[in-house]
Amino acid sequence: MEPYDAMPPAVRAAWRRSMSRGRSAMSRRALLRTGGLAAGGAALAACGIPPAASTGDEGGSHRSKDHSAKERELTFSNWPLYVDVADDDEDDRPSLRAFERDSGVKVKYIEDVNDNNEFYSKIKPQLAAGQDTGRDLVCLTDWMAGRLIRHGWAQRLDPAHMPHAVTNLEDRFRTAAHDPGRQFSYPWAGTAAVIAYNRKATGGKEVTSVTQLLEDPALKGRVSLLTEMHDTMGLTLLDSGADSASFTDDDYDKAVSRIQKAVDRNQIRSFTGNDYVDGLSKGDIAACMAWAGDIVQLSIDDPDVEYVLPDSGYLFGTDDLLVPARARHRANAEALIDHYYQPRTAAELAAWVNYICPVTGAKAEMERIDKDVAANPLIFPDAEMIAKGHPFRQLTEREEERYEGRFADLIGA
Amino acid sequence: MTAVVTPGAPAAPPGTPGAERPPGRRPRRRLTPYWLLLPAALWLAVFFVAPLVYQASTSVQTGSLEEGYRVTWHFATYGEVLERYGEHFLRSFGYAAAATALCLLIGYPLAYMIAFRAGRWRNVLLVMVIAPFFTSFLIRTLAWKTILSDGGPVVGALDVLHVLDVTSRLGLTSDDRVLATPLAVVCGLTYNFLPFMILPLYGSLERIDPSLHEAARDLYATPATTFRKVTFPLSLPGVVAGTLLTFIPASGDYINAQLLGSPNTQMVGNAIQKQFLNVLDYPTAAAMSFVLMALILVAVTVYMRRAGTEELV
Repeated sequence: MEPYDAMPPAVRAAWRRSMSRGRSAMSRRALLRTGGLAAGGAALAACGIPPAASTGDEGGSHRSKDHSAKERELTFSNWPLYVDVADDDEDDRPSLRAFERDSGVKVKYIEDVNDNNEFYSKIKPQLAAGQDTGRDLVCLTDWMAGRLIRHGWAQRLDPAHMPHAVTNLEDRFRTAAHDPGRQFSYPWAGTAAVIAYNRKATGGKEVTSVTQLLEDPALKGRVSLLTEMHDTMGLTLLDSGADSASFTDDDYDKAVSRIQKAVDRNQIRSFTGNDYVDGLSKGDIAACMAWAGDIVQLSIDDPDVEYVLPDSGYLFGTDDLLVPARARHRANAEALIDHYYQPRTAAELAAWVNYICPVTGAKAEMERIDKDVAANPLIFPDAEMIAKGHPFRQLTEREEERYEGRFADLIGA
Repeated sequence: MTAVVTPGAPAAPPGTPGAERPPGRRPRRRLTPYWLLLPAALWLAVFFVAPLVYQASTSVQTGSLEEGYRVTWHFATYGEVLERYGEHFLRSFGYAAAATALCLLIGYPLAYMIAFRAGRWRNVLLVMVIAPFFTSFLIRTLAWKTILSDGGPVVGALDVLHVLDVTSRLGLTSDDRVLATPLAVVCGLTYNFLPFMILPLYGSLERIDPSLHEAARDLYATPATTFRKVTFPLSLPGVVAGTLLTFIPASGDYINAQLLGSPNTQMVGNAIQKQFLNVLDYPTAAAMSFVLMALILVAVTVYMRRAGTEELV
């Protein structure tokens, strides 16, 4: 390939001219310099990022060679504080220990998922190159799990290896927009983005809607929203009367401009990840969008902190387990998923992580462990809680780029 | 480059290396400097030049994640970046300049004190300057979040003393709080980069011969004149080095704006991070990084031209 093939015609012509005519054609130094430039240009043109095509697929089966029978091991990437830990020893995870004992599979548990996008940037190069990421099981939020599935970067799970999971998955989790029929992913826990406030910081005032977060002058400069686009925008869309499961570009833009106005008026203090927890308990943040699991924990420590399910609804999602393409131990991973779908284990996990439990029968088990937890609608949702939950619709890649871009501008970056 | 000395030829005068050496050994000797350069050159090639070329390429690509990115020499990205993020660039340089000025105001007296007046406490004080570095950058910044919290004693005191009235009139704070305002970001930057200012300042002040001060006194110079005509000019290399070491990293920083700022105080580093990690718009992010690099380079060149670099360490 000619080094200047990739240039626009005008630039190419100018380049050719300068090589053959004028002063630069005369001097050796200039020639060398131009040669260097051309080589640089060629180097630049040679770079490029390959398409995110399906590479982990072998013969359309969405599975790669499994080494589980010989290698009794499993590497599991999860979010921090997302599995039960023994009271006296931080490195002792009872439910995982039970799995290792029952199955004989040694689990390497890594808490290296702090942010969906960050984690995606980390494993994407290997996935795109059709290589093993070194992880057999990862836990990602539904929309990100959907992206991996869309690219063909997730392995199809074998229901025959997961009898408990197939039977015990709650019905309402079975029809997920990003993975219809749950062929590739199983929920680890359900998440709910809700409104939370600190009663002391609001002076006893209740905060019940996103409108109030965005507009109430009493909360000025003491409101935080989430950096997670789906949650913040989903809640705002619902509040604006749109459905987060079927909104249009217009709806989205309107919701963005509502938040933009609040940002411009200094109503919004910050966009946060989990770190709103600290501000909310100190009272720097009077009211915010929050994740239900955090609030369960926080309201135990601090009775002033309360949560509200807005009348317009809250945003419901899942964190899903999936096996990345080319992972060596799919069957071991399936065994682990199945382990956590036994009601008893699921109850133990839910009692500790406080997120929505997707396993049928876990509530009955929980009643034997801890009656209060079993009665908490944020962990075992009641009919009202279920009815108010709305999913965020599955986005195409173009939409994702556009929406994330607009949202990034909104949060000031 | 001149720092590389050919070993084995200490007696040869500079400029005529190997003038009296037997002709047979010349080629190997001539190659020696290059061999010595090799590790550093390789390091730079792999960890500096290659990523830079890759980023330069990314910045002129178009495409999408699913279809892949191809080099299409799409220079328009640079224009879009300047238009969309001009405010972020201005804000970054404004905050960095303010933090650098504050660092100089705080750091110079301290460095002066340590260099000339500390006596046997000198080492203790130096350790105290460096000590915060023993904890992570992130933890130190998070600590400020607690110190400056709305109901905390610091904000309460500032409020009682009516300092916040002044700063909010200047547009630095709003609503009687410090966190999530420009003031907090500038203070965070100042705090985090202060040692980078103090150490070079101390280095150049400490080398000033005390007899120069005596000589100034003998010539009836007042302490102020001594400082103006002797001490300060001699400490200029430290000032230049310190301001560069503070300004350059501060203008690219994003942690302080992220943790101490609000959506209205985000710096260009935040924008780059968001584009790379959340929006996954690699060309825009790469173009932004290049614009930032170019602007810093220009600013630093102008500054160095004016300040002079001959005596820079």
